[in-house]
Amino acid sequence: MEFDNSQLMTILPEIVLLTGALLVLLVDLVARDSDRMWPYALTLGTLLAAFAAAISVSGGGSEIILGGNYVRDAMGDSLKGALLLIAIPLFIYAREGLRKMDEWRSEYLTLGLFSILGMMIMISANGFIALYLGLELLTLCLYALVAYCRDSSKGAEAAMKYFVLGALASGLLLYGISMIYGATGKIDFPGIMQQIAADNAGDNRIFVFGLVFVVIGIAFKFGAVPFHMWMPDVYQGSSTPVTLLIGSLPKIAAVAIALRVLAGAMESLHQDWYMMLVILAILSMALGNIVAIAQQNIKRMLAYSTISHVGFIFLGILSGTDEGYRAAMFYAVVYALMAVGAFGILIALDRKGVVVDQLHQLKGLNDRHPWLALTMLLIMFSMAGVPPTVGFWAKLFVLEAVVSIDLWWLAVIAVFFSIIGAFYYIRVVKFMYFDKPIDDEPVVVGGAAQTMLAINGVAILLFGLFPMLVFGLMKL
Amino acid sequence: MSADLPILSIVVWLPIIGGLLVLGSGDKAPNVSRWLALFVAVATFLLSIPLWTGFDSSTAAMQFVEKAAWIPAYNINYHLGIDGISMPLILLTTFITILVVIAGWEVIQYKPASYMASFLIMEGVMVGVFAALDSMLFYVFWEAMLLPMFLIIGVWGGPNRVYATIKFFLYTFFGSVFMLVALIYLYFQSGSMGILDYHTLKLGMTEQILIFAAFFVAFAVKVPMFPVHTWLPDAHVEAPTGGSVILAAIMLKIGGYGFLRFSMPITPDASHQLDLFIITLSLIAVVYIGYVALVQSDMKKLIAYSSISHMGFVTLGFFIVFMIASNENAETGAILGMEGGMVQMISHGFISAAMFLCVGVLYDRMHSREISDYGGVVNVMPWFAAFMVFFAMANAGLPGTSGFVGEFMVILASFRANFWFAFLAAVTLIIGAAYTLWMVKRVVFGDVTKESVAGLTDINAREALVLGSLAVMVLVLGLWPAPLIEVMDASIKNLVEHLAVSKL
Repeated sequence: MEFDNSQLMTILPEIVLLTGALLVLLVDLVARDSDRMWPYALTLGTLLAAFAAAISVSGGGSEIILGGNYVRDAMGDSLKGALLLIAIPLFIYAREGLRKMDEWRSEYLTLGLFSILGMMIMISANGFIALYLGLELLTLCLYALVAYCRDSSKGAEAAMKYFVLGALASGLLLYGISMIYGATGKIDFPGIMQQIAADNAGDNRIFVFGLVFVVIGIAFKFGAVPFHMWMPDVYQGSSTPVTLLIGSLPKIAAVAIALRVLAGAMESLHQDWYMMLVILAILSMALGNIVAIAQQNIKRMLAYSTISHVGFIFLGILSGTDEGYRAAMFYAVVYALMAVGAFGILIALDRKGVVVDQLHQLKGLNDRHPWLALTMLLIMFSMAGVPPTVGFWAKLFVLEAVVSIDLWWLAVIAVFFSIIGAFYYIRVVKFMYFDKPIDDEPVVVGGAAQTMLAINGVAILLFGLFPMLVFGLMKL
Repeated sequence: MSADLPILSIVVWLPIIGGLLVLGSGDKAPNVSRWLALFVAVATFLLSIPLWTGFDSSTAAMQFVEKAAWIPAYNINYHLGIDGISMPLILLTTFITILVVIAGWEVIQYKPASYMASFLIMEGVMVGVFAALDSMLFYVFWEAMLLPMFLIIGVWGGPNRVYATIKFFLYTFFGSVFMLVALIYLYFQSGSMGILDYHTLKLGMTEQILIFAAFFVAFAVKVPMFPVHTWLPDAHVEAPTGGSVILAAIMLKIGGYGFLRFSMPITPDASHQLDLFIITLSLIAVVYIGYVALVQSDMKKLIAYSSISHMGFVTLGFFIVFMIASNENAETGAILGMEGGMVQMISHGFISAAMFLCVGVLYDRMHSREISDYGGVVNVMPWFAAFMVFFAMANAGLPGTSGFVGEFMVILASFRANFWFAFLAAVTLIIGAAYTLWMVKRVVFGDVTKESVAGLTDINAREALVLGSLAVMVLVLGLWPAPLIEVMDASIKNLVEHLAVSKL
């Protein structure tokens, strides 16, 4: 296993991102402007450069590099591209929000970039070692970010909960990995796959036991019921710019690891894992949608909404078909786009000293700022899965995936819970459009954030009219 | 047939794009938005006329077809086309929208641009529903209808609008998602998303019944049929006049259209199996809801219940076809029933629109819909009274108005199936006359006893234009329905023949 310099070209996007993140740290030390324009510009530049690099190294086929730990393939390319692109509005909104809170520091940028690096490593992991490294890089950054506002006791509480539960989940995942390693003697995904195929007839009890723990670990990272406990508290406890990050991009990476592990390494054990996902999916859709109705806090409501979306993403994965995997990828990307927009709107509504996280604070938004209200309306209908928004296609494709394997009853359950879900999404619209405003303070949004929100809303509608623009890019 | 110019696409997208422009024009210059909206609505109507003049009524094949790949991964196409069933409904849509725009001219003062934009977008989407030949395209338009209507009722509606609009949204959303699952299932059976491909797809009885049930939930809620009709009175009462007009005149028709385009041709055997069930529900709607209408004290509610009762005729006309099939001269009778249902849909589109506009005229002046708040309106508003009495007569099915034609055809067809069905359906002519004319008596005639009524002013030119054009349509259709029937004849005949062949 010798090191080959030419392999470094393949991980150019990661290298660019790492360099950028380190440069941000450095520049922040030197350039002491209070507005942190340089680190901010550098962050956006890094993302664009990494995106360009990701495109330049992309292509068909797959390359396995770095001693079999790392893979670059079509699936990784599409997810990384989506990740880096959606990260741009994310940082724009985050800057807006942090400036309003007087918490605008470069740590957010650095930690954010490192967490994105972690997600990219997860996406490209070709073995459990790389997967675990990426996952830990991501979650360590997130733990720190949750506690980003030092004086917020809620933030500290949320960070503590997140850390303890996250560490537990990592432990479970590692335990599962160790069993799989013990049963197969392999740590990389292709090796495990071959090993499963080789002793097909043999006793695979230990292996399946390990599989259960791995699925639990993945479910925890997704926030699927019953491993969702951390989500509402973390969403609510973090400041909105941090929730923005936690609630959006990691789902893309989570889909990637689920596909790498379940669809890649253990595809032949589909019969063993798909029923677990069915249960997780049904529970997530049910609990997420029902409990969200009772929430008065928007961030908490969106946390439960996320849980229900995770259930839908699982529908795509559990189908075990290529179309289903593509549908799950599409769903995760669309979800990230919607979530970024939704939290972005909350940030836009924040004012100095006023944090918008209660539903009633949205009252009369249509009178105060019609375009923001319209964007939020599109996002809410998209999350509910009403055409012509892109959220409809996301739901449609995963439903097609489950019907294609004759689980049409599961599709009926899914649409049933989406009706329940529709209620709390349209309740948001009700507050914005049908109620009178409770305060007349003008909504102050920075130009960049406002433009980006408009683009975000248009994208949700445009991709709804032309879903192939995104779905066509989701390749396996 | 001009294949070069995509007329259907224009009629679908012009109002949507126009609506977005109107929305963009903002509420600062309401007159600009109003005129722009009127211009778009009229232009759309004029552009939809070639659909009628260029229509070849001798064939049941789809015309003005446009087809382009949309989502190749799932074989979803942008596929539009019309036949004799959908064409009249499209013209109805484009015509009524003009009236709605005019009717809301000065009445709507709160965010007029958004109001007009909602109706224009609604128009394009509804035309899309009637023109879509790809099931996913249909579904997208079908669901997209909810969005503007949800806002129309919720933003410009009455005091209890939030409850009404959320109920409306959830009811119809509930209905449609199960249809979605059925459509996906059909896709995997046929490998295509084309509605016409589903028509020829062979299906087993159990499958058919399940699919029929899924479709039934969607369309029955939309029609609405007893017992899933309860959202309609709420929505109608709370909606602004324009919203009620669109709801009654067009959105309800989409449910009936769904039966003709999906339920019956895709699952003919299940439809046959369950025809008695549907006929029973239809008759309950016709008779029972008629009685419910009788006791209403709110004018809009009364007309809403009358709509449900009239739509019962539509579903009765459609499903009576299977009952007639066993008799001799089956085909003519079946065609009669179905065409009666169709004529009833178009006619009800005009009459219910007119009735809601009449109530709107009164409401704009008095801000009350209670029948007891009125009385003797004829003394102060003679022109208005003339219109209202005329439309009430039409609603009661007076010969010479369009209301008579459809009901008569359906009753005639029912006789061929079963005397008692026809009897029950005919009873409603009496009930219908009773509740409509009684309302007119209490509102329009009598002496002026209330001061507020004495101060009413008669309709202005704008209102006269709206009501007058509807009166013309009701009369023309009532005296000379032949052109309408001729247009749909080939398509209905084809559908009846299709239904006679088992798919098992």
